[in-house]
Amino acid sequence: MNPALSVILFTTLSGTGYGLWLWLGLRIALGPRAYDFEPIGWFFALLLGAVLTTIGIVASLWHLGKPLRVWRAFTQWRTSWMSREGVMAVATLAVAVLMVAPLPIPHEIVQRPLAALLAVCALGTICSTAMIYASLKPIPAWRHPLVLPGYIGFALLTGGLAFAALPQPTPVLRFALPVLLVLTIAMAILKLAYWRAIDAKPLPQTRGDAIGLPNRKPSVFERPHTEANYLTKEMGFVVARKHARKMRVFSLLLFAALPILCIALAIATSRPWPWLDIATLCAICGAFLERWLFFAQAKHLVTLYY
Amino acid sequence: MTALPPPSKKKLGLVIDLDTCVGCHACATSCKEWNAGGIAGPLTDERPYGKDPQGVWFNRVHSYELEADAATKQPAQTLHFPRSCLHCETPACVTVCPTGASYKRAEDGIVLVDEDKCIGCKLCSWACPYGAREYSHVEGVMKKCTLCVDRIYNDKLDEIDRQPACVQACPTRARHFGDLGDPDSDVSKLVAERGGVALMPELGYQPVNRYLPPRPRRTGDDATTDDASQADTGNLAQRWLNRILKR
Repeated sequence: MNPALSVILFTTLSGTGYGLWLWLGLRIALGPRAYDFEPIGWFFALLLGAVLTTIGIVASLWHLGKPLRVWRAFTQWRTSWMSREGVMAVATLAVAVLMVAPLPIPHEIVQRPLAALLAVCALGTICSTAMIYASLKPIPAWRHPLVLPGYIGFALLTGGLAFAALPQPTPVLRFALPVLLVLTIAMAILKLAYWRAIDAKPLPQTRGDAIGLPNRKPSVFERPHTEANYLTKEMGFVVARKHARKMRVFSLLLFAALPILCIALAIATSRPWPWLDIATLCAICGAFLERWLFFAQAKHLVTLYY
Repeated sequence: MTALPPPSKKKLGLVIDLDTCVGCHACATSCKEWNAGGIAGPLTDERPYGKDPQGVWFNRVHSYELEADAATKQPAQTLHFPRSCLHCETPACVTVCPTGASYKRAEDGIVLVDEDKCIGCKLCSWACPYGAREYSHVEGVMKKCTLCVDRIYNDKLDEIDRQPACVQACPTRARHFGDLGDPDSDVSKLVAERGGVALMPELGYQPVNRYLPPRPRRTGDDATTDDASQADTGNLAQRWLNRILKR
C-alpha cells in the first residue's frame, strides 16, 4: 500500500495524543485523591493531548480529496469504522473540554467520572482507528490479530512516555516507569511477532483465484496499460520494500531500545529529565517508521492482477 | 445509506466470456467514451499527451499466459481478462464509506458513488479486492463503473441500445448483460450452461458478475499426431477422415 505521509502522521500523532489522554484519564479516575494533583500538571497533559490529536486530524484532512465535506463523515457510524472514529474523536474532545470548563457542580464530584469517560473515549478512538485497517479483507497483513493490540500498544507507549515526561509527583513516576519499561519490551516482542507472521504468510489467494481459474497457473503476458494508474500507485506500492529489514531495525531501535535505555537511566538517576523527553521523541519517531512499514509492506489483493 | 439494502430480487450484472474475449480493449475504450460524458463524467485524464499520462477507466483488460495443465490436459494458452466492478451483493466498498456516498441500489443491485457526497478518503478502493474503484485526483472524488445506469434505463434510447456501452461495443459478443437474480434470464442460463464462476468467492463479497471459463481446448494428443510429418502422408480427404475417426 502507498504510505501516505498524511495518514502516517495522523495515526502516529493522534495515537500519541489519545494515548496521553487515556493515561491522564486513568490517573485521575483511579489515582489516589482525585484532585491532589498539581492542576497545572494535568492541564498541560490535557493541552498537549489536544495539540497532538489536532495536528493528527488536520494532517488526515490532507488525505481527503474534498476536505470541506468532512462533516458528512460523522453520519455512517452504523457500518463504517472511519465514521465511528470521527464520532469518537469528537466525543473525546468534548469530554476533554468539559474537564476544564467551569461547571456548576464542584469539580471534585465530576472529576473522576469525567476522567474515566475521557479514558474510555480515547481508547474507543484508538480502537476505531485500528479497526479501519483491521477490517479490510483485501489486505491480509492488516487483518492480522496483532494489528489492534499493536495500535493500542503504540498509543499507550508514546502517550505514556509523553505523559510521564510532564511534571509528575515522585510516587506516580515510581509506579509509571516500570510499567512503561514492561510496555516497551512487550511492544518490541509484539512487533517482532507481527513481522515474522506477515513474512511467513504471503497473500492467501493466487492470481488464478483472482481471475476465476484457480487450477491454472497464469503469468502476466500484457498489462492493461503502459503507464501507472491509481491502482498501481495506491495499492501496488513497491518502492523501498527492499530496505524494509533496515527500516525495521531502525524502528525497533527508536521505539524500543532507546526508550528502554532512557527509562532505565531515569529510574537509576531518579530524575525524569531529560531522559523521558528523549524517550518520547525517539518512540514517536520509531512509531512513525513502524507506521510507514505497516503501510508499505502490506500487500493488497488487487496486485494479483498485475 | 451506507448500510446495505436487503438483497434485491433483481441483480443486474455482466457475464463475461473468457473463451471469446480477444483482448481488443473495445469495452474499455467505449466505456471511457460513454462515461466521460455520462453521469460518472468527466472521467478525467491527467497529462494525456505528456509524459506519464494517467486517467480513470472503469474497464481494464489484462492479458495472461496460462501454463499447460497436465491434470486436465489443457495446453498453454493466452487469456484475456476484462476487469471491472462486479456489483457485489455484500460490497465492503459500500459499508466502509464514512459519508454514505457509496451505495448499493435496492431496486437492481447496482453499486454507485454519489460524487456530491464523496470526501475522497479512498477507503472504498482499499476495501475492494477487485480493483474496481479509481480515484480522480482532478476532482477529488472516487469513480466507479455504473453499469451504464444512464443508458440501461434511458427510454430516449432505442430498446436495443439500452445496454452498458462495453456490452454493446464487444465485437466478439464476449460480454452479456442481464438480470442474474432471475434464473430464467438469458444470462443466468448462460452461466448455468457454461459453469460461470464468481471471482474469489471465499472473500464473501458475493459478486454478481460471472466469468465463463475458457472452453476446454482439444488436447495436445491431436496436435502431436496432427503435425507436419503426418500431414505429408495422404491427401486432404484422408487426413480429414483420419482426424474424424480418431475422436
